[in-house]
Amino acid sequence: MKKRFSLSRSFRGFVGKEFLHIFRDRRTAAILFGMPVIQLLLFGYAIRNEINEVKLAVCDLSHDSVSEAVTDELLSSGTFVLAGEPDAPSAIAPLFERGALDEAIVFEPGFGDRLEKDGKAELQIITDGSDPNVSRIITGYTAQVVGDYLGRRTPSGSGGRGVMVEPLMLFNPALKSVYLFVPGLMALILMLVSSLMTSISITREKESGTMEVLLVSQLKPMQIIVGKVVPYFILSFVNVVSIVLIASLVFGVPCRGSHLLLLMESLLFIMTALSLGIFISTMTGSQQVAMMISLGGLLLPTVLLSGFIFPVESMPLPLQLISNIIPARWYLVIVRAIMLKGAGFEYLWKETLVLVVMTAVLLGASVRKFRERLD
Amino acid sequence: MRPAIRIAGVEKSFGDTRALCSIDLSVATGELFGLIGADGAGKTTLIRILCTLLLPDRGKAEVLGYDSAAEYRSIRSRIGYMPGRFSLYEDLSVEENLRFFATVFNTSVEENYELIRDIYSQLEPFRTRRAGRLSGGMKQKLALSCALVHRPDLLLLDEPTTGVDAVSRKEFWEMLARLKEQGITILVSTPYMDEATRCDRVAFLQEGRLLAVDTPEGVTALFRAPLLAVSAREKHRLITELRAFPHARSAYAFGSSVHYADLRDEVSAAEIEAYLQSKGLRDLSVAPVKPGIEDTFMALMQEKGGCDE
Amino acid sequence: MNEGVIRAEGLTKTFGEFRAVDAISFCVAEGEVFGFLGANGAGKTTAIKMLTGLLSPSGGKASVAGFDVYREAEKIKRNIGYMSQRFSLYDDLTPMENIRFFGGIYGLGRREIAEKGRFLIESLGLGPVAGNRLGSLPLGWKQKLAFSVAVMHEPKIVFLDEPTGGVDPLTRRRFWEMIYEAAARGLTVFVTTHYMDEAEYCDRISIMVDGRIAALGTPAALQAEFGVGSMDELFIRLARPRAKEGI
Repeated sequence: MKKRFSLSRSFRGFVGKEFLHIFRDRRTAAILFGMPVIQLLLFGYAIRNEINEVKLAVCDLSHDSVSEAVTDELLSSGTFVLAGEPDAPSAIAPLFERGALDEAIVFEPGFGDRLEKDGKAELQIITDGSDPNVSRIITGYTAQVVGDYLGRRTPSGSGGRGVMVEPLMLFNPALKSVYLFVPGLMALILMLVSSLMTSISITREKESGTMEVLLVSQLKPMQIIVGKVVPYFILSFVNVVSIVLIASLVFGVPCRGSHLLLLMESLLFIMTALSLGIFISTMTGSQQVAMMISLGGLLLPTVLLSGFIFPVESMPLPLQLISNIIPARWYLVIVRAIMLKGAGFEYLWKETLVLVVMTAVLLGASVRKFRERLD
Repeated sequence: MRPAIRIAGVEKSFGDTRALCSIDLSVATGELFGLIGADGAGKTTLIRILCTLLLPDRGKAEVLGYDSAAEYRSIRSRIGYMPGRFSLYEDLSVEENLRFFATVFNTSVEENYELIRDIYSQLEPFRTRRAGRLSGGMKQKLALSCALVHRPDLLLLDEPTTGVDAVSRKEFWEMLARLKEQGITILVSTPYMDEATRCDRVAFLQEGRLLAVDTPEGVTALFRAPLLAVSAREKHRLITELRAFPHARSAYAFGSSVHYADLRDEVSAAEIEAYLQSKGLRDLSVAPVKPGIEDTFMALMQEKGGCDE
Repeated sequence: MNEGVIRAEGLTKTFGEFRAVDAISFCVAEGEVFGFLGANGAGKTTAIKMLTGLLSPSGGKASVAGFDVYREAEKIKRNIGYMSQRFSLYDDLTPMENIRFFGGIYGLGRREIAEKGRFLIESLGLGPVAGNRLGSLPLGWKQKLAFSVAVMHEPKIVFLDEPTGGVDPLTRRRFWEMIYEAAARGLTVFVTTHYMDEAEYCDRISIMVDGRIAALGTPAALQAEFGVGSMDELFIRLARPRAKEGI
């Protein structure tokens, strides 16, 4: 009995020492707490690609009540600013070349009449294809506004049948990119910070020789590993909370689902990332290599293959298969579902299970690989 | 009494490099034992085998009566180990380091303060200073305190005096002598030959082989060739001329003079002096000298080769 | 001694309040082997950094190889060789690659490098291992090569910062024989060491304590002056210093 107590004392001492390291070294503390906040603000403010103040030129060759009403509808949406009313479509191209426009719409002559008679009318949307992402978003949003308006105008649906209905953006009607970025950023930040911190803190002990002393001490390998995980687990949890807070207070991203579920899933994901960090540290003896693997080896796959920026479904099959082993891919699905769709656990148990299995495998492999001796 | 360390036929290789070849060694309880050799001689490998961090490829090592392979846990809790670099947490303070190592060895600083007081009291004024900002000598003392804090029966110290100035080295050996009086067995490795005289017994290690194991006096007695201390104004030419002497065994610089060993059983100082005078060397002095540890080590090094010979 | 290759007069370096080097004065003559001793933290490293043009002094005067340490640091760097235990050669390059690289840094021509390289490899007996990575060679060989590379561009002075750490006594002596040989050719050698017996290999030594030079002279004269029997004793007598402060 006494022995068990004293073992836990040495374990507590170990965890306490880890906290000292973290708060003693300003760099570690800065990475741990500063990086998430800075990254979130950066992505949230600077790199957002949502549409705002779109410079719109309207070339109305019809000038009837319908075309003017559609124009008003667009301009009153708050997203578009009128940047010109060219008389002919031929005058549009020069405006684009000067950079004076983001988008132009052309109503065909007799737009309103045709819609009335044939139930079909043409509205041309011209955008600057040199920025395909933005132009796709603008096009989609314009079509949506027009479709909405025309649908409202003929409530029974009879008159609106000829209007090309564009895909409707559920959950994120204004295509606010922050909504997309926040879950992705949560995945990215938690992944990098957690795996980087654990892998570095273990390899640092190997480099300084203190690992040799720890090995000959009373601590068991499992205690050393868990002792490294616990502090970062707690601190990463603080990160999750601060990210969600910044997301909702600064960027107004809602959390439609259960906050508790979101926290629990995040904790699970942190465990996965920490285990990955431990696993990395068992494979290498130097901080440098550990850092390269954690940053270089995880950053790009997490950004590119997790669905953070590019949807997994639109990747080539081999990449889709690879994306399955990226923990962030599963976490991203979970976070998006909870925050944006308000989904409950019953829809997410599969993804959760994947993360649980990944964590178990990584931890198991680490404990096996973690040697009690040097060779 | 059962020896504190018993090593029989221990061998260890890393890839193609043979670090240790068939080492037999025994260290008595309460002994202050020196493992002397240059970098790469195998000192660190041997110590790591003893503190159970490495397994020998062949042979058996017994530490405090426990088998180093099978009963490693029993060994680990009873030894104090100080690795080659002073393995301290440089971002933690002196006191935090000591407390940490006390807790992971399941004890507290207060419990064994008696043992480390002598050493730690010198560090006390800098309790709150970070270990990374201590001098080499201070780090060395802190690392020793940390290795002692759980009152081990056996101390394994890997090159504790390397990179530390002569004053600190002297103080360190005085501390080891006092620890020995308290009944702690100490095995310490060092590349400094002059430290051999401070040990009860020493082992010379060179390229993975033991050249000799004996008391410092016993070791120097192994040197049988007549030895002369020669000095002259131009030292470099002196060495060259001495080596060119037909009966020369060796001539090496030793402090201010050159130690000359002859191949014959007897040699007269006058003969050498006459020879050197004929070569035009001035301010000559030639006198017989008692061989030291270093003379013996060098002679043994040249007699015996590496593992495979 | 006014014609010294290294001359320092009241050379001082302060870091804030702390006088790391406190008005040291000395002269090193051409072809001299000068031992620069002192406990850890006595100010040796700072002094060497000033003399090699890496650190600007806070006060005093000094010239190295005839160049002023304030104004001609770049010229000093071109006229000295430097070797330390910490930084010497690249372990992942072969001996010849190291020679080529450092030869290039020292501004030697391609043909000169090739010639010197062949000569060095042969005279050091590195022929059989010339194609191996340096890291796989014994420390003693590496140190000899490092010294040879440091004097490859035929500098007037070579600074050796604890050049023989960790090697066996035989290798250490062979290294010192190289130093003697180079000194006999007129090279000035400025060397720091922790081995007190090596101090006696020097023509003259200085012992730094707390930023000042506490003793300066030939080993024999110093032992007589302080009435001690060995360099070890002398060092311990003098250098018992701020070590107490744990710096």
